[in-house]
Amino acid sequence: MAQIFSPRSNVQAKVIIVATILLVCAGGWLTSAVWWSPYTTYVNVPFDQPVPFSHQHHVAGLGIDCRYCHTSVETSSFAGIPATETCMTCHSQLWTEALLLAPVRASLTSNTSLKWTRVYDLPDFAYFDHSIHVRKGVGCSTCHGRVDQMPITWKTQTLYMKWCLECHRAPQNYLRPQNEIYHMAWHPSKDQTALGRQLIAQNHIDTSGRLTNCSTCHR
Amino acid sequence: MNTNPSGAMHEYWRSLEERARTPEFERWLHAEFPAAAEEWVSEIHRRDFLRLMGASVALAGLGACTKQPLEKIAPYVKQPEQIVPGKPLHFATATTFVGYAQGIVVTSHEGRPTKIEGNPEHPASLGATTVWAQADVLDLYDPDRAQAITKAGQISTWDDFLPELNLALERQQQTGGSGLRILTQTITSPTLGRQLADFAKKFPNARWHQWDPMTRQNIHIATGSGEHIYNVAAASVIVSFNSDFLYLHPAALRYAREFASARQVRQVKGARMNRLYVAEPTPTITGASADHRIAVAARDIEMIAATLAQGLGLVEGIDPTLLADPIPKWIKAAARDLSANQGRSMVIAGETQPPAVHLLVQKINHHLGNIGRTILPGRQVVANPLDQTESVRALIRDMNNGAVDLLFIIGGNPVFDAPVDLAFATALGRAKLCVHHSLHTNETSLACHWHIPAAHFLESWSDALAFDGTPTIIQPLIDPLYAGVTAHELIEAVIRQPVRSAFEIVRESWRTAKPSLDFDFDWRRALNHGVVPQASEEAIAASIQTGQSRALNQSGLEILFRPDPNILDGRYANNSWLQEMPQPFTKICWDNAAIVSPQLAKQEALKTGDVVELEFRGKKIAAPVWIQPGQSENSVTLHFGNGRKEAGRVGRNVGFNAYELRTADALWFGEGLTLRKTGSKHEFATTQHHHAIEGRHMFRAGTLAQFSTDPNFASRMTEVPKRNETLYNPDEFKNAGYAWGMVIDLNACIGCNACTIACQAENNIPVVGKYQVSVGREMQWIRIDSYYNGSAEAPELNHQPVPCMHCEHAPCELVCPVGATVHDDEGLNLQVYNRCVGTRYCSNNCPYKVRRFNFFELNSKLSASEKLGKNPDVTVRSRGVMEKCTYCLQRINAARHVAELDHNRSIRDGEVMPACAQACPTEAIIFGDINNSNSRVSEFKRSPLNYGMLAELNTRPRTTYLAKLRNPNPELASL
Repeated sequence: MAQIFSPRSNVQAKVIIVATILLVCAGGWLTSAVWWSPYTTYVNVPFDQPVPFSHQHHVAGLGIDCRYCHTSVETSSFAGIPATETCMTCHSQLWTEALLLAPVRASLTSNTSLKWTRVYDLPDFAYFDHSIHVRKGVGCSTCHGRVDQMPITWKTQTLYMKWCLECHRAPQNYLRPQNEIYHMAWHPSKDQTALGRQLIAQNHIDTSGRLTNCSTCHR
Repeated sequence: MNTNPSGAMHEYWRSLEERARTPEFERWLHAEFPAAAEEWVSEIHRRDFLRLMGASVALAGLGACTKQPLEKIAPYVKQPEQIVPGKPLHFATATTFVGYAQGIVVTSHEGRPTKIEGNPEHPASLGATTVWAQADVLDLYDPDRAQAITKAGQISTWDDFLPELNLALERQQQTGGSGLRILTQTITSPTLGRQLADFAKKFPNARWHQWDPMTRQNIHIATGSGEHIYNVAAASVIVSFNSDFLYLHPAALRYAREFASARQVRQVKGARMNRLYVAEPTPTITGASADHRIAVAARDIEMIAATLAQGLGLVEGIDPTLLADPIPKWIKAAARDLSANQGRSMVIAGETQPPAVHLLVQKINHHLGNIGRTILPGRQVVANPLDQTESVRALIRDMNNGAVDLLFIIGGNPVFDAPVDLAFATALGRAKLCVHHSLHTNETSLACHWHIPAAHFLESWSDALAFDGTPTIIQPLIDPLYAGVTAHELIEAVIRQPVRSAFEIVRESWRTAKPSLDFDFDWRRALNHGVVPQASEEAIAASIQTGQSRALNQSGLEILFRPDPNILDGRYANNSWLQEMPQPFTKICWDNAAIVSPQLAKQEALKTGDVVELEFRGKKIAAPVWIQPGQSENSVTLHFGNGRKEAGRVGRNVGFNAYELRTADALWFGEGLTLRKTGSKHEFATTQHHHAIEGRHMFRAGTLAQFSTDPNFASRMTEVPKRNETLYNPDEFKNAGYAWGMVIDLNACIGCNACTIACQAENNIPVVGKYQVSVGREMQWIRIDSYYNGSAEAPELNHQPVPCMHCEHAPCELVCPVGATVHDDEGLNLQVYNRCVGTRYCSNNCPYKVRRFNFFELNSKLSASEKLGKNPDVTVRSRGVMEKCTYCLQRINAARHVAELDHNRSIRDGEVMPACAQACPTEAIIFGDINNSNSRVSEFKRSPLNYGMLAELNTRPRTTYLAKLRNPNPELASL
């Protein structure tokens, strides 16, 4: 009876086995790479906006407080996007003829909203509340990054659940005192853990595990 | 047979099929999910199936690889002062029940009304809501609402309408309006009343007619004007003659609250309950709450009331032997009880009973000294109360004589619902010009020349009076979604032009009616509170008239007409929440039936679902039969409201039209019905047998006397494992912070379904349609189980609401392969939608059968307007996901944030109120923190009546029940 397998079969089999393993690994790596890449997460991707609004200019250059525009950040789940009128408080006097601001003026005269592209967009099954985070000592820049250095706004975090849990599991690493919440350049010092623990006690943050319950964010 | 420790026998059954153990019932019992458990009988070969499945699994996996779509965000141009995005606002206004106001508080998210709650300051609500108030918000967003003014079916405009109207009015002006008619439903709006008075001044020869299929004219004829106001809480003995004052009544919410408060028993010491006697032909919510209920023909009630009056020495010459057993015994006991409780009792008759019965009842109450104590004189609430049957008859006569040149029909649907023998539709054809004003394009709109779409009450300014005369200004929460016009504006167009806005009309009307130094302040206060403060106006003295009673006792079949318990007279026919709500007792959805008694069914060899031909006064209809325990032997009940031909996509061709038999002389009941079996069958969609669990003490009840001697009878019915009888840590679920728990007081629950619809509105629960209900796929998170006890002819009727029990040892959690159902640290049994892969193991393992599965993408086909009505605080679930009661987690989290932002205080008792508890008229559902021993829920859980459903399985449910108590008269041991 003739041999079914030629001597080359050994090599072929080895190559196929190794190739299969490599292919599976490569597939896994590719999936992970795509999953974590800006293509999926939009991290560091600036979006086209009707008006190329620069936080850098308004925050760092002019020193306008976050709450001047994001008015409900301390009271509501939603921080608020400024109404056209808020823009016009200054721009009815300044740069009144600027071409860049034409959509803002058009919005006011035609009484139609500006339609911004949402940069930070949580999935609809996750419920986030700005007011409680701000009150408990989470500063703007912890999640939104150095907005004061962004000529056009982009996302600095993935908003994946893993990222949320980093803080919900160990809030002491991220908390800051109330007077630093809106401070863009604040960054944790060496004794952050001690400060964090003090703030946890002071702000009555429940670290027994409730913060990582599904029901904290999903309902 | 179940025997409880005290020796009393209790055998509960949920349906006649269960009682008779039919194969149909056994099928539902043994195969928990019969539709899913059926054998695979597809044409597809097994290998092809696997191949297809493999491909679908692979593709489904790929389908999950979508990245999040970019969303736009549109801020305001001018930020409205009070709106904080993400924070809902609440506005007080009122909804109406047969014209009577019920105060509500509406939640608005960024200008979208999403949820209706009761207004605690309003006398007819006290914070509770009816099922109809809950469902009103769905009506607002109904895409089938009339959206444009039409002339002969063609889209037109208000500006085209006015010239044509003015031309017709000019002609009427010359004759003083002799050819001008207005037809309305029952109206309590003071502004509309004033406008119609102005109308009468301008057109002295014009006429204002009224027709409302749920007319309360029998009461108005008897009292001469207003209805009495009952102080139910003060009555120790209540006798009801076919009055459903706990459900189908303008003051039902208040009366139900008062009724339940006088029955609340938690401790042996000082345990007292009122006692309710009910004589009625067909089971009602009120009848089910009775301690002694007799099923009698509607036509016999006058005789029974007269016999009762004779027992009290008020009338003479009635032969009680004409009445069949056990009616005389019931009358005797009731009479004795009433005499012993003079000034602390009340007798009430329903709107379906003729004025003579109301006069008799007044006489009895007067004799007992109840007037001024339990019964207070009422005010005239209805604008121009009259005999509506005669009113519509006169209109039809005029139309037939060609005397009507211009007819306005404000609201309603008389072509569909006017007495059939008066032939409204034919007469309407002879009116020269008719204008119909309504929310939907209905049968009447199609028969009229012009149709003006009405603004929904959540879109309009108006006003209305409650049962006791308390006015509420109805304020809008949203601009009209379509071209809706209010009745005020339409009438204004008739009496003066240019037409002012409804806001100006209503405000002016109040400014003239109640002049005050600071009108603006008073106006704002009235809007803010939802009630206009009342100076003690002249109340109408309770007039005592004497009525002659006829002795009736005919034989033969009796036909009863009743509004549909879900969609009323048809006005809610296009409301899918109400259509899919399992009706009390029958648990029928999306249908109506000819309800017959078991005795009649036996005599005529009828089975549930048999189609019969009903002939009454020469008119015939075909209707499917439903055999209902507790139905009066020779009475056949037809619910009117269904069978609509023009009602929109939801309500069209649901059930049959009972109006086709309803004649002017038999508005509520009549004799001479004949019934003939046709041989064809009809399939009902009923949830009666769904989730059946047999041989367990699910529902527990006793009597007040039993409770006094053996208070723990309910908890001792089963042996519950002790807390430490476990191999695991017994304190695993002893939460450190809050521990949420619920008590459902079966003694207070009247089975009104308000919790079911409130939950549906709050939690974005979809409807599934008739077929899906029939295969057991209904989605409501809280169901009301019916339990009967006793004979099929005269059973005791009981209700038990069943939501998720939030077991500490939750069987569902153990079997979930993906950890989608888990516990949180406050004792909530969570369902995490984004983890769920839809194995449905949890539902199989749930002993309470409270988990609901999305078999379809039920939320994807919603119209743009329906999407506006969704609660933004609750995830809208997708296909393939399990869901269930969450204890209204979104409300717990909202309250937590409020408390923590307020100097990190704790959540106060009563601050978190699940939607079901908030809607409940009798406060039967109590929710709170069981770690707080001072909370109401802890107090209720300490009652000896407290028991856990299936707690013997060691599930340790967080939702427990208080057993039901009845307070039977020892004289009537057998009734």
